[in-house]
Formats: sequence, structure tokens, C-alpha cells
Amino acid sequence: MSAVIEGHHDDHHHHGPAKGISRWLFTTNHKDIGSLYLWFSFIMLFIGGAMAMVIRAELFEPGSQIVSPEFYNQMVTNHGLIMVFGVIMPAFVGFANWLVPMQIGAPDMALPRLNNLSFWILPAAFGVLIATFFMEGGAPNFGWTFYAPLSTEYAPPTVTYFIFAVHIMGASSIMGSINVITTILNMRAPGMTLMKMPLFVWTWLITAYLLIAVMPVLAGAVTMMLMDIHFGTSFFKAGGGGDPVLFQHVFWFFGHPEVYIMILPAFGIVSHIIETFSRKPIFGYESMVYAIASIALLSFVVWAHHMFTVGMPIAGELFFMYSTMLIAIPTGVKVFNWLSTMFKGSLTFETPMLFAIAFVALFTIGGLSGIMLAIAPADFQYHDTYFVVAHFHYVLVPGALFSIIAGVYYWLPKWTGYMYDESMGKTHFWLSFVSVNLTFFPMHFVGLAGMPRRIPDYAMQFADYNMIVSVGAFLFGLSQLLFLYVVLKAIFYGKKATGQVWEGAKGLEWTLDSPPAYHTFETPPNLESGEAKA
Amino acid sequence: MSSIRKSVSKLFLATVGMFLFGFALVPLYDVFCEITGLNGKVTGPTFSEYENVGNREIKIIFTTTNNDDMPWVFDSLKSQMRVKTGEQNLLNYVFTNTTNKPMIAQAIPSVSPGKGAQYFHKTECFCFEQQFLEPGESITIPLKFVIDPDLPKDISSLALGYTLFDITKDLVQKQASN
Repeated sequence: MSAVIEGHHDDHHHHGPAKGISRWLFTTNHKDIGSLYLWFSFIMLFIGGAMAMVIRAELFEPGSQIVSPEFYNQMVTNHGLIMVFGVIMPAFVGFANWLVPMQIGAPDMALPRLNNLSFWILPAAFGVLIATFFMEGGAPNFGWTFYAPLSTEYAPPTVTYFIFAVHIMGASSIMGSINVITTILNMRAPGMTLMKMPLFVWTWLITAYLLIAVMPVLAGAVTMMLMDIHFGTSFFKAGGGGDPVLFQHVFWFFGHPEVYIMILPAFGIVSHIIETFSRKPIFGYESMVYAIASIALLSFVVWAHHMFTVGMPIAGELFFMYSTMLIAIPTGVKVFNWLSTMFKGSLTFETPMLFAIAFVALFTIGGLSGIMLAIAPADFQYHDTYFVVAHFHYVLVPGALFSIIAGVYYWLPKWTGYMYDESMGKTHFWLSFVSVNLTFFPMHFVGLAGMPRRIPDYAMQFADYNMIVSVGAFLFGLSQLLFLYVVLKAIFYGKKATGQVWEGAKGLEWTLDSPPAYHTFETPPNLESGEAKA
Repeated sequence: MSSIRKSVSKLFLATVGMFLFGFALVPLYDVFCEITGLNGKVTGPTFSEYENVGNREIKIIFTTTNNDDMPWVFDSLKSQMRVKTGEQNLLNYVFTNTTNKPMIAQAIPSVSPGKGAQYFHKTECFCFEQQFLEPGESITIPLKFVIDPDLPKDISSLALGYTLFDITKDLVQKQASN
């Protein structure tokens, strides 16, 4: 590995980036790769978002309007897959690439060539997935959770492409995680002990461990599907002695840690933003670290709360119910730490702070509906209704996605060297805040009233709320076009940003110029000098 | 930089280990089901004589279902029985291949409530083997079972359901891939 890193230095020492397309294709620079991940995620956001618009247009009124039920199922499935694997996860990897080396005072990621590979196989994976729309039998239609036998015996023939796409996505995530962990463990500036690391680095360290623990299990699950479909095995076929319920256990053993993979880096981003705009150090740094670690550990023993209705012994229901509720404790610690950080701070409300505060409030709503769903006897009522849809969209959209948007506003001046338009940023925030609630809050009501999820049509009594939800969704979709405009405007017409950018910002990345040089911290920063403390 | 090499190889091993663990979940799940009675899974043939036959009377309900579009006619001769715990019982099931093709089928049992499954001992059962029937052929196969006298007091009835799967295609596929 030493050859890789030193060779890289010799090639590029005191050089700028290469010119043209080859800069992006062959880059091993963590900043370039971070930008690639973020732009990829941005593009996928609009593709997955367009699918959500089709779904909401179909559900605007009861009855069959625009698309066939078969195509509707393909929309629901691919919307979920793209948003989870193509938007939220790559966006966080993009943040990790940009920020981890700068925040720990390292010159680059530990494995720069692997870094290039893990990005470039990602467009290939999604190319394969999206290509299935143009194949015979259509795209995958069995939901993003692809339960067997829907995804095996009853799947369209394109399921094989889906399986390979998931394999490639998994490989990309695993390589990215190995890179992040190796970087954090080996390349911190002298004097930066683990308990002095910025919280974003801590959240990513733990996220990367989660990814390494569960992405291979997902790869195993899709491999078993592949063997059931093509090689006559019976992992999930009851007729051959297998068990379809086994699929759900294996899937959710991956799936529950996966939902924390999508939220832990958000916790890190939001912690930095709140301390900056409160002009106070984060309250309870150590408890934050322990809370993240306990959430990660607990995520391995709660998976069956996704399948309370599958027929479990009562002891199992109780175990998974209580272990799930236990997660509320470390999560509560984090929420109260954010509130305490803001308490008596000299607050200002720039766009990143607005998104971060909305994150704390709305993510907590999603957390509370999660507690409701954790109650096993109540879950029999909520299971597979729009209440579940409301719950996970609250934690993923005003949760994970808002933290990403907040992080982009917060670090964009650092990355590009240009300030965004503050009043347009605030307009974007308020439009997003109102429309996200308009979209997802009424889903709680229709869900409690019994509207099932994943259906293209619904009973008349749900018509009013669904129309409100659809209007909110269209507004939210349009607001994100404004976000794209704000980002492009900052890059092309923005005012020069200072190195410090934000008055209260602390951490090594703010000691650099905006934008930072192509290679930074080639000699590690001196942490003892005081100002550079994380 | 050998510390980087060390980190990478450890993490790579962890990845491979977790991939294998995914497959290890399959046998682990079977063991777990056996211990907890999850899914009403029942164990293989067992034969045991009980000293205290017991005089509890248990109602057993028998159901048969065809999976998907399995065309055979498949039924038990009785839909329910009252049996004494610890005694051998016998019930006949009839399979008829109504199609004009030879087919192979497999019946998969499930006992409910799940926690009663481990007390339902089948001493002879067609569910242990595959059934091959020529077009129009019909066979009657007995099921012999004993209800364990240790059956918890709060269970007064058990249901034994069979689902019949068409595995003709799977077997042909398996032979082809071998």
C-alpha cells in the first residue's frame, strides 16, 4: 500500500488537477471523488424523485389514472432502491471523502485508487438497474425489500440484473468503508486521539463498521436468491424444504443496521452545524460518541420488529419490542444534547442552521412514530399501512436528506470557495419545510385509518388526504429544483468566501483556504497550537 | 505504512467472514426454529413409547392447501379427530394427479400454535418424501402420529396443515445444473 500512496504523491506533488474528462475518470484525489459522489447522488435524487412524482400523480385521485398497476409497482420499487442506495448512501460517502481527510488532518484517503474504483462502479450498478426498465418483463416490481418468493418465483426475468446491481452497490459500499476506517485509524494528525475526533468522523467510523458487517449479508441474501432462481436450490422455497420467512430474517439482519447507516452520518453533520451557529462547543461530546456506538450495537438485535406479523413466538415479539424501545434512549441523549448545545447559545439562523433545527424537530417526530411501531400488539394494526410510510419518510427525508442539504449549504463555501445566495437558501428551506410536512404528515392519518401501502388505488374515504399529500409532494419536488439552482448559482456567480466562512466554525477544515488547495495537509497540522483543535 | 496494510487485511477478512455468516444464518435459523417452535416447524420421524399414556383428549384439525396453481387433488379423509395423548393415531391422505403429465410433488407440514409443534410427533409421514404420480394416478398414504403427553396444559387443540408444492420443474432444473 505504501507504494500506492507515495507513487500518488510523486505524480501530483505541487500539481493541480489533470485537465478534461480524464481528471474525473482517473482521479485519486479525495476532493474530486467527494464531488463525484455528491453530484452522482444529486442526479439520482432527481431520478428517484421523478419516480415519486409518478407515484403521487397516480395517487392524486382514487381509481386508475396514469400508469398501470404493474408500472406503479416498478416505480415504488425503484424509487426506494434509488433513494436508499443511490442518493442517501452515496451522498454520505461524498461527505466522507471531502471531510474525513480534512477534519483529521490527513493528506488524502488511505487507499486512493480503491477510492476511484468504489465510485466508478456505482454508476455502472445504477445503469444496470435503470436499464431493466427497457427490458422484457419490465423493471423489478417486488418492493425495495424484495421479499421472496415475490423476488424469486414470481419475479420478472430482469431480477438477475437487479441482483448483479445490488452486488456491485454492495462492493462499492464495502470498499468505501474499508477506505474510511483505514484512513481514520491510521492517518490522523499527531495529537488527534480518538476522543478528540470531530463527531462527523466518529459517526462515519461507526457507520463504516456497520457497512462492513451487513453489506456482505445482503450480498449473501441476493446470492441465495440467484441460486434459487437459476441453480435449483431451495433457500427460500418451501416446496424444497426452504423457508420464505428465512429471507425476511436475513434481509432485515442487513436492513435494520442499514437504516442507521443512513442516519448516523446525519447526526455528525447536524452536530457540527448546531455547534457552529450556537457558537458553543457541542454539549456532551463523549455521551454523543457513546450514544452513536450504542445505537450501532443495538441495531443488530432489533431486526425482527420489521416482521412482527410473520408469526413469532410471544417471547420473540417481546424481545424485539423491548430491544427496539431501548434505542430511544441513546437517540434521546443525542436530541437533548443538541437542544442543550443551542440553550443559551448566541444563535443565528443561516440556511444550514434552519435545516439542522428542522432535522432535530422532524427526525424526532419520525422517531416517535418509530416507538409506536415498536409496540408489537399495536404494530399488527399499523403493519404495511401508510403509517409506516409516514414513519420512514420522516426519518429519511426531513431526517437524512435534510442533514445532507444542511451539510451542502454549510460546506459548499469551503468546497467551492463561493457563498450561496442566503435569501434563496432560506426560500428553499421554507418551501421544503412546509411541503415536506404537507407531504408526509397526512400519511399518518390515512395509515391509522387503514390505507395499505404499495397500492396504486385506494378507497374513497382516503381521497382528500391523498390529494393534499400529492400537492405537497409536487411542491417538495419543485423546491429541490430551486436547490439545484442555488448550488449552481453559488458555483458560477457566488461571492468569494473567506477561509473561516462561518464565524463560529471550529475544526481543521476551516483553517484551510476556501476552496482548499488540491492537496492539503501534506505535512500534518500542529494540533497543540490551539486554534486547530477539533 | 504497514499499519494500513494490516487494517485493510483485517477489514477484508471481516467482510469475507460476514458474507459466510449470511449463509450460516440458514442452518442457524433452522436450529432457532426447532428450539422456539417458530413457524410450526416439525422435526423428522420420531418414535417413542410413553409409559403414562395420559388421558387428555386433544382435538386435531387437519387442513390441506395447494400452493400457487398446483392442480392435484389433495385431501385428508377426516378434517378433524379427537385423540388421546401418547397413543398412536392413523389418518389417510389421498393424492390425485389430475393432469395429463407425470408430476412430482412435495407436501410441507406446519403445526399451529407454533409452540405445540415440538409435541406433535409424526412416526410415519409422506412429508418426508417426494410423491411421483403418473397422469390420472391416485394414491392413498397414511400419516401416523403421536401427541406427546407433555403437551402444555393450555393447549387443547392443534392444527396440522399441509401445503402441496409442485416441484417437478425444480427437480428437472437441479438435474440439469448437476
